[in-house]
This record gives sequence, structure tokens and C-alpha cells, in this order.
Amino acid sequence: MQNEPWDPTRAAEIIAGLTHKEGPTLVILHALQEAFGHVPAAAEPMVAQALNLSRAEVHGVLTFYPDFRRTPPGRHVLKLCRAEACQAAGGDALAARAETRLGVTFGATTADGAVTLEPTYCLGLCATAPAAMLNERVIGRLDAGKLDALLTEAQP
Amino acid sequence: MSLRVFIPRDSGALAVGADEAAAELTRVAHDRHLPLDLVRPGSRGLYWLEPMLEVDTPAGRVAFGPTTADDVASILDAILSDGEHPLKLGLTEQIPWLKRQTRLTFVRCGIIDPRSIDDYRAHGGYKGLERALKMSSDAIIDDIVKSGLRGRGGAGFPTGTKWRTVAQAGRGQKYICCNADEGDSGTFADRMLMEGDPFMVIEGMTIAGIAVGATRGYIYIRSEYPHAVEAMNAAIEAARRTGYLGDHICHSTDSFDIEVRVGAGAYICGEETSMLESLEGKRGTVRAKPPLPAHKGLFGRPTVINNVLTFSAVPYILDGGAQAYADCGMGRSRGTKPIQLGGNIRHGGLFEVAFGITLGELIDDIGGGTLSGRPVRAVQVGGPLGAYFPRALFDTPFDYEAFAARSGMVGHGGVVVFDDTVDMAKQARFAMEFCAIESCGKCTPCRIGSTRGAETVDKIIAGDRPAANIAVLEDLCNTMKFGSLCALGGLAPIPVLSALAHFPEDFGLAPRRLQAAE
Repeated sequence: MQNEPWDPTRAAEIIAGLTHKEGPTLVILHALQEAFGHVPAAAEPMVAQALNLSRAEVHGVLTFYPDFRRTPPGRHVLKLCRAEACQAAGGDALAARAETRLGVTFGATTADGAVTLEPTYCLGLCATAPAAMLNERVIGRLDAGKLDALLTEAQP
Repeated sequence: MSLRVFIPRDSGALAVGADEAAAELTRVAHDRHLPLDLVRPGSRGLYWLEPMLEVDTPAGRVAFGPTTADDVASILDAILSDGEHPLKLGLTEQIPWLKRQTRLTFVRCGIIDPRSIDDYRAHGGYKGLERALKMSSDAIIDDIVKSGLRGRGGAGFPTGTKWRTVAQAGRGQKYICCNADEGDSGTFADRMLMEGDPFMVIEGMTIAGIAVGATRGYIYIRSEYPHAVEAMNAAIEAARRTGYLGDHICHSTDSFDIEVRVGAGAYICGEETSMLESLEGKRGTVRAKPPLPAHKGLFGRPTVINNVLTFSAVPYILDGGAQAYADCGMGRSRGTKPIQLGGNIRHGGLFEVAFGITLGELIDDIGGGTLSGRPVRAVQVGGPLGAYFPRALFDTPFDYEAFAARSGMVGHGGVVVFDDTVDMAKQARFAMEFCAIESCGKCTPCRIGSTRGAETVDKIIAGDRPAANIAVLEDLCNTMKFGSLCALGGLAPIPVLSALAHFPEDFGLAPRRLQAAE
């Protein structure tokens, strides 16, 4: 995943291009994250001013939604489904294996900055469980071998 | 004549290698100078056979599956020589699993090219809208009422009643909101439709807009579904380009347009009022009702909120199918229900059938039991807030009231199968933990009750005064059930109490004989 370095001018452009929408806060935060990989603290007052909101309101929205990051992620983001259908198909053991092999717990990034491991609650791939998503690629019928291959791909 | 081959682009198929199979097919055909017309439809929903490759023949489509890239060359040989192949499944429509279904909503899914509005029209698409454009608002709503359509998102509220309320809610800006935040584990019907037949969702929303006098629609899709977002955006653009969205739809006096909005990982935004808050750009906390969204919804305006499957049932009904729709089903559950079989199951996938089929038929007969080959021990129906049922309740028919009578719920139609290695105390704990993670925090019973619930289950599992702690847990569940603002806190006790009632031995309690009858 290639992200642009933080640039307030570019951020201002992104925000200005979306303020005409109805209720644009989430749309803007998504666009900022898409560009920079996260939504840095410096962006919060910019969004607040453009939308005539308090900074606290923007901060409240940013921190409510699990998708939004306030710090940059690893070079790859691996999401493992932790919900019931994947649990039923052996997902818990795979989750434990991923944590052990990467040396991080869910929500953290490996020391080398290669992989951020995140839980997700359903990717809609319940008939081919257990499921994972590496960046934007979906993977079904996950087993230990496939998981190891994904980890090697993300952290060569 | 070029060879017309279908390999799904549905994300369930992509997850098991559909893109790799498609790329290999393109490569092999190119090497052999074979003209190839490769179509990427949605999935037929037979996921244990995905990636399924289909080829057009004079007799109909012939299926092969589950394929891998390595099989593609030999499959191509079999197609060209009309010979046998170990993965050959025969005519797709004759596969018993597919043949047993009543496909009204999924009639085109897996068949048409979801990127082609012409293909959609060639398969009966937009006939419902064309008829609706000639009808009065009242007549459209009468059709919906007559069909008996109830919201397919889980709550089962009569759709016609909802639409009539919005239609009668004065003039001025109104909205149509399609709730595509399908967050329940075990459900994927919305995803399949958005990826496999997105124009039907658009058509249903457009008819709703005309019926109630709304000119703007939003479809709120969860971020976990990037492929669905892409498919809906492409379809909306195509519909605008061809005059099916925008000003003066099909040269009529009606105008309607749709925008996709993407969620940000919060399960609670599947709750309709949280979704409205999120669409308005706020934290997705629930609103107290009343006022109902039909009176004061998005930006305080009258709003129709329906689920993807509900809107998708509308084109069929408007195309003269109101009575036919009502003729399917049982009791007050009319029409068909797309049931999703997932988890530890041999034949997982989407099975659309009239209401009334029993849980046992679905799991043993259609699903073929567990994938692990071990006995089925528990089944969770209706998502993370649905009940866990033991085999003794497998005679329960799929029907809103029948499930409710046994303290369960049909919900969005997700069925998750567990084998005998499941620890039901752990599942009960997970239900509370999930509620704690996903609670919006607005009301105390849900916010604090779920955390205390997980702690109390831990104590019971540890054997710490089990009888006293079960009493605490039951009391807590009642507080959540009756004191929570919305269904997240209100229904989280269902999986917990059902696990306790049907699988007491997993909590260190004496097993008890379950009354299977009502």
C-alpha cells in the first residue's frame, strides 16, 4: 500500500472537494485516510473548520469508528475474521497462530513495520470460512498453510 | 463463434481463486488462438463449488467446479471435445441444490453480467420500474401491501405500511435509505446481490422513491465489502448514463438519484437510527424512537429505510407479481427468504426458498451436515444476536413467528453451523464480548451490561458460585432486554440465554431434558 506523505495543502484540497456533500464528515475522513494512510491530528482542526464543527466533534467521529487510524499502519494490513462463522470453522486457532508468528496482538503492527494485524467481524465469506483480507484481497478457506503463505508474503 | 464462459467475480469466489482461474483461462485461450467471451457474473451461491466455471452450450449452461487455475486447460479440452471431466457438474440449472430453490430475488444472480444494464434488461430488469412510472403513488404502495412483503433486514416490519407513512408525511425533501450494513456473521445475501445484481437494488430504491415522493437515495454499505461498493458505484453510474437515474427518469416527470456511502467498521451502524447518524456525518449512536425515521429520518426529513433484500423484492412485485409473491410462504411470513448457510457446513451457500422450510431440512438435507464430518451440535440462526439451537429444535420452520415462539429469531437469515467440538459457554461469552466491543455506548444496559455479562460468564465457567452467578446473569440479561435503546443490547441476551438453556452442561450444570415440542 502506497500512501502520500502528510501535506496540509493536499489535505485542504481533498476537504474542499467534498464539503458540498450532505453530511460529509465520514466521506472526508475516508478520503484523507485513503490518501495518507491515516488521519493525523493536524487534519482534525482543518475538517472542523471546513464543516463548521467543533474540533471535539470531529475527534469524536474519528475515534468512534474502528476503521479510522490516527497513526500510519504497517505496509500491509492483515484482517482476520473473528466472528461466529469463522470461529465454527477453526478461526480461533488461526488467529492465535497469526499472533504468535507475527509476535504482536490484534490491533498492533510488527516491529519492522511490515504488518498490522486487525480483527474483523465478518467479511461476508461465511460459506468459505475461515476468511481473511490482506490489504484489499479476500481469502477464503484459510488454513495454517495458507495463513503462513500470507504472512510470508506480507513479511518476507 | 467465440466460446462464452462465465467465472464469477463475486468476492466469495474471488476468495477461493476465481481471478486466478479467469486469468489462466484467458491465457490458455490466447495461446490456442481460441476466441473467448469471458463474462464475470455474480455467484450462484453454491460456494462449495466455487470457483464455478460455466460454459454456454445449445442445451444451456454447463458447470464445472470447484476449479483451480490448474484445472482450466483440461476443462477447456473437455468443453471443446464435449467430453467428460472429473469436475463436470452437468447443466447448472439441473444441479439439485439449485433446482430445489424458489428464486425470486436471486433470479438473475450468477447469471447476468452485473456491469451490463443491457444484460439486466434482457433478463426482465426494469420492467417493474416501467410499470411503476405509469402508476399512482397509492397504487404502487397498494401492490407492496398486497404482496405481504416484510422487511428482510431482520425486524420484519410490513414494508407497505412504512412506505405509506412516508408518502403521507407531507411535502418537501424525503429520502430513501438502503441499509447495506450487513454486519451479522453468517449473512452474505446483501453482498451477493450488490455484487451480482446491483441494478435490481437500484430499481427497487427508485420505485420506492417514486412511491413516496423522494428524490434522493443513499445506500450505506459497510467498508468490509469493497467489492460490493465498487459494483454498486459502477451500476449507479451506468444507470445515470442511460437515464434510469437522475432527472426525469425514462423521460418521465419523476427524478431520483442515489449515492453510495461507505461505513467505517461499526457494527451498530446497521441499526437504522445509528445508520442515519452516520450518514449525517456523526458518531453512529442510536436515536430514541419515536420519532420514527418515517416521520423524522435523515436530516430530520421523512425517510424510508429498508434493507438490500427488501428493495430487491420490489421490482418483481411491481412487475405484476404481488399476488404470486404473497402466495409463497406461511402464516404472516410471505414470499421467499434467502437463507445463508455458513460456518462448519459441507454445502455452504445461499438458498432462496419460500418461508416454512425447517431448520433440520436446511442443515442436514441441503447443507449436508458439517464440513468436519462430526455431528452438528449447535446452530446459530439470525446473526450474533440470534439464538443457538440444539438438534432437538431442528423441527422449527423458517418463519418469523415460529422462531420467536422458541425464543429465537430468523433475523437476516444467516445459519451458522457448529460441530460437537464447540464450547457453548465460550460462545455465550463471545456474544457478550461482541456486544461490549460494538456497543455505541449511548445507553447503560448495553454499554455496561455487556461488559458485566462477559465477566459473569467467566465466573460461571470458573465454577465461582455458579447458581448465584447464573441468577445474576439472567437478571442482567433481563435488564439489557427491556432497558436497552436498540436491538444490540436488547437482543444480545438471546444467544447467551439460549446457550444456557440448551447446553447447560457446558456451564458446569446438570444436563436437562429439552422439551422439543412447543
